[in-house]
Amino acid sequence: MLGTALTLNDLLFLGRGALVTIAVTVIAVLGGTLLGVAFGVLRAHANRWLLLPLVFLLDVFRSVPLLIQLILGNAFQAVAGWGWSPFATSCVILSLYTSAYATEIVRGAIEAVPQTTRRAARSLGLTWRQDMASIVFPMGLRVALPSWIGLTLGVMKDSALVLWLGIIELLRASQILITRLQEPLFILTVAGAIYFALSFPIARLGARLERRWREDD
Amino acid sequence: MIEIEGVRKSFGALDVLRGVDLGVAKGEVVSVIGGSGSGKSTLLTCINGLEPIQAGRIAVDGTEVHARGTDLNRLRRKVGIVFQQWNAFPHLTVLENVTLAPRKVLGLSRAEAEAEAIRQLTHVGLADKLSVYPSRLSGGQQQRMAIARALAMQPSVMLFDEVTSALDPQLVGEVLDTLKLLASEGMTMICVTHEMAFARDVSHRVAFFHQGVIAEIGPPEQIFGAPANPETRKFLSNVR
Amino acid sequence: MFEYTFQWRQAFRALPQMLEGALVTLQVAVLSMAMGVAIAVLLALMRNSSSPWLRAPATAWVEVARNTPALFQIYMAHFGLAGLGLYLDPFTALLAGITFNNAGYLCETFRGALRAIPGTQARAGRSLGMGAAQAFRLIVMPQMFRISFPPLTNQMVWAILMTSLGVTVGLATDLTGVTQDLNSRTFRTFELFALAAVLYYLIAKAVAGGARLLAWRLFRY
Repeated sequence: MLGTALTLNDLLFLGRGALVTIAVTVIAVLGGTLLGVAFGVLRAHANRWLLLPLVFLLDVFRSVPLLIQLILGNAFQAVAGWGWSPFATSCVILSLYTSAYATEIVRGAIEAVPQTTRRAARSLGLTWRQDMASIVFPMGLRVALPSWIGLTLGVMKDSALVLWLGIIELLRASQILITRLQEPLFILTVAGAIYFALSFPIARLGARLERRWREDD
Repeated sequence: MIEIEGVRKSFGALDVLRGVDLGVAKGEVVSVIGGSGSGKSTLLTCINGLEPIQAGRIAVDGTEVHARGTDLNRLRRKVGIVFQQWNAFPHLTVLENVTLAPRKVLGLSRAEAEAEAIRQLTHVGLADKLSVYPSRLSGGQQQRMAIARALAMQPSVMLFDEVTSALDPQLVGEVLDTLKLLASEGMTMICVTHEMAFARDVSHRVAFFHQGVIAEIGPPEQIFGAPANPETRKFLSNVR
Repeated sequence: MFEYTFQWRQAFRALPQMLEGALVTLQVAVLSMAMGVAIAVLLALMRNSSSPWLRAPATAWVEVARNTPALFQIYMAHFGLAGLGLYLDPFTALLAGITFNNAGYLCETFRGALRAIPGTQARAGRSLGMGAAQAFRLIVMPQMFRISFPPLTNQMVWAILMTSLGVTVGLATDLTGVTQDLNSRTFRTFELFALAAVLYYLIAKAVAGGARLLAWRLFRY
């Protein structure tokens, strides 16, 4: 009918690429979120001047293209003789990149909890840790979750860049197929549909959550 | 000047105007009083065609407002309206607020528009605020700017929709003074208002709106002195 | 640890070329923003219209732009369209891809801004005799841009960073392309890209700072 040379094996090849995309994304988001929480808590509580170097570094991660960061990171570990795999390098760089944005989300979420509420908790005798766990965390989560979902989807899309380090994620896989089958429009459309299918439902869920929680206020 | 005959209007299932008849002669000042939700403001937005009507007719200076071929943009040059919320254009200075429509709709040159604008702004007492942004003005000043903005289009008729209701009490007087000035100059006006003293002193006739119709209309002495309709009496006794 | 000698002098000698590349980067970013903004206004109006024939294509554009990678969009412009017989050279493909992306995100920014402007503003304009298009152009649109200014600035910085992707479709004239070209000849990967990173950082900060100044001057009300 449409006459494509695309076989089931090729689709599976694309599927494996998609799995690599997901793997990189999951690792980067996990690492980035953990770091982001640590940095975000620091930023919300510690002295501004003490943290200046950290703030500067995170700002750099947000002001330099991710591609450049990947190339630099790879070159650095090569020069330092660490011998990391491209996959490892990509995950580390992406985690740091994610943490820069996650820090801002966490900081914003903590600062969105009214000081008066936190002071009330402390006045009741709760420790700082208990305040964070029972008051700040649940309230902050509402503020942070929609943005965090957006960040996760952003990382998934940015993960395409790791193809530059030779990793065969979804976009690279489709490029390989194009070179062999010479059907660029069709193959790219399939790849795009996979990206869309991965992203769109989660984006809608995030929007619905945001709407529902905003109405609750 | 204005003919309103048998006008009916509803918002979905809610009947707001249930057969309104009113004629306003040139130079006449008619005040419209009545409870909230009685349909007074809706009547004004029907007169300048912002709202459609389900039955009846409205004509302004010979132009049928809701006829199929009517150019509403042309009509609105003749009908000036000032709302409760003055709707100042925040990104323009006071002078620019007033010259915008004359320049872009009437096609006046910048010089002509500014001359007219300065005249109207002086008229309402804002001559010293020409290059100020509306955010720096009080509510009363912004409302007076809105009046000047409507007047700069040289309308034949001015509609005022509760223009003092959103103002702090001490600012109400300056706006009412502007309205009185306009009335004394012979402008044809319909004023929806809660200010009874103003209605009594300035109007030629006062119309009492109740449940979507004009329940009673007559000179101020009649409405405020010896109202014929029991609903009018009830409304006024609650207001005094 | 480092058995590698850093050759910074060689990298600095490449600075003039890299600055020329930075100029191309800015060119692409500015063009993509100008076109993206214009298209985004159109898309926003289409998404807000009552006709499904206008809403559907605009929604499709926005959802594809926001749910697929920018790199994918650039690949589509370069490789995908070539499959249809329409060959876009790397520069044009990069520009088309980033513009497509910008338009999608900015449409939503503008729609949010439009939601924040009370309907009474347009109504006041109509009451003065303005046509619907006039009222939008003179009263609503200026306020929309004012509200959208911070996100617009962010998108501009984003666009500058996105231009680096041109190298994946063979662009050799923007900052990253020039750097990669030099890299393939001298193999001083770290030094060259570190320098490029510094340049990107400075450009990003300059644009953000310049925008803040512009906002202060333009929006004094």
